[in-house]
Amino acid sequence: MSTLNPARVAREFPSRYRLEAARCDACGAVSFPPRLVCPSCRGRKFKVVPLQPEGKVLTWTVIHVGPSSHKHEVPYALAVVELADGVRITCQIADVDPAQVAAGMPVRLEFRRIQEDGEAGVIAYGHKAVPA
Amino acid sequence: MRVGIVGYGAYIPRRRIRLGEIAAVWGADAATYERGLELHEKSVPASDEDTVTMSVTASRRALARAKIDPSSIGAVYVGSESHPYAVKPSGTIVAEALGATPAVHCADLEFACKAGSEGMFLAAALVKSGEVQHALAVGADTSQGAPGDALEYSAAAGAAAFIFGSSNLVATLEAQVSFMTDTPDFWRREYMRYPRHAGRFTGEPAYFKHTLGATRMLLEKTGLQPKDFAFAVFHQPNGKFPMRAGKLAGFRREQLEAGWLSPWLGNTYSGASPIGLTAILDQARPGDRILMVSYGSGAGSDGFVWTVTERIDEVRAAAPATRDQLDNGKLYVSYGTYAKLRGKIRMGE
Repeated sequence: MSTLNPARVAREFPSRYRLEAARCDACGAVSFPPRLVCPSCRGRKFKVVPLQPEGKVLTWTVIHVGPSSHKHEVPYALAVVELADGVRITCQIADVDPAQVAAGMPVRLEFRRIQEDGEAGVIAYGHKAVPA
Repeated sequence: MRVGIVGYGAYIPRRRIRLGEIAAVWGADAATYERGLELHEKSVPASDEDTVTMSVTASRRALARAKIDPSSIGAVYVGSESHPYAVKPSGTIVAEALGATPAVHCADLEFACKAGSEGMFLAAALVKSGEVQHALAVGADTSQGAPGDALEYSAAAGAAAFIFGSSNLVATLEAQVSFMTDTPDFWRREYMRYPRHAGRFTGEPAYFKHTLGATRMLLEKTGLQPKDFAFAVFHQPNGKFPMRAGKLAGFRREQLEAGWLSPWLGNTYSGASPIGLTAILDQARPGDRILMVSYGSGAGSDGFVWTVTERIDEVRAAAPATRDQLDNGKLYVSYGTYAKLRGKIRMGE
């Protein structure tokens, strides 16, 4: 069964591969992933800005029963990470014992496999946090 | 025109498995392997790491040291024998993640363990011809040995990336050669999960003939002698072969140690001598001369002579050092976890 649509995966490459965010021309708020309308001022003009890959764990949870795409990775930590430029993203924390994760822990984003469509389908890449 | 390396980067996964852990499962004597192959542990990729992810991280580190606009990269070559897709390039993903698309020539290369140095050879030649301003060459692998086979003790994971250009060099390319014959010492047929090798035939008529052949060609071409080099690095299928090749070629242990990572890293295949070169650049001084010789079964060796420039001291700290990645933050895994991570366990539907 196919779970990953290649067209949809490809549409997200700018933000998933290069961490491209949108900075509102009017108020300067940064949206990630980019939006059509600024949630702060409803502005509609943006400039592409790359996110800073360094940040810290704001809050986290440990997944013990994962979706079928991630069941081989349990237990794993899923966190809200606040990046250096203030943007918050939700991502897995890799290369760490989930019991060692703590609020304020410094992390950086690294390019990893996020999921794959079985053995024959496409592979979706993106970013996970790792201990800095 | 002078060409050479503008930026370099390495990536080594954090997970490790000790040789004794593998030997215990297969009833082998760990001490014999540790002594015979001079191997103690090897890197293991996590389930979310592959040739592409390691290539991207190593390349970003090379970019951080090169300090160039990624859109000026006109060629991307990823050399590996473990590309995630059988059909679909790894290089497109790497180029897209770096921001080098769309004006970029891209190809995946394959030549057993020397696919990484193949890309370096091509990248340097393209820059030299004036065809592109910058070219990126990556050697990366997440290699597999059949369970219980001698290869399982060494097959490891890692990546090295080099950006070539003609200005702001950290190392100037003085000469490059290739020494190649048809030698069936190691292969993997289509649809086969694990490679096969020809046992002792992989030694003298294969590894040593080609590495020493390329070294001889380089020394003849440049008129240099082993004593003229500060460092030398050879392909590292285990700990023993590169030391022996280096000594047979006339190098001293002190010249070989900086790039000799395999005893604690294993064989990173396409990444092996390239990662060794990154470890050397991490500690080289301006004016130091480096000899690098890769080896790929099948079989051939690419050889390079580099001279380190003053710029090395400016860029070194811009990305993680290779030895730090090798020595720190290690996560040891059991054979069971290793078998799971490497897809060696047959799963239910």
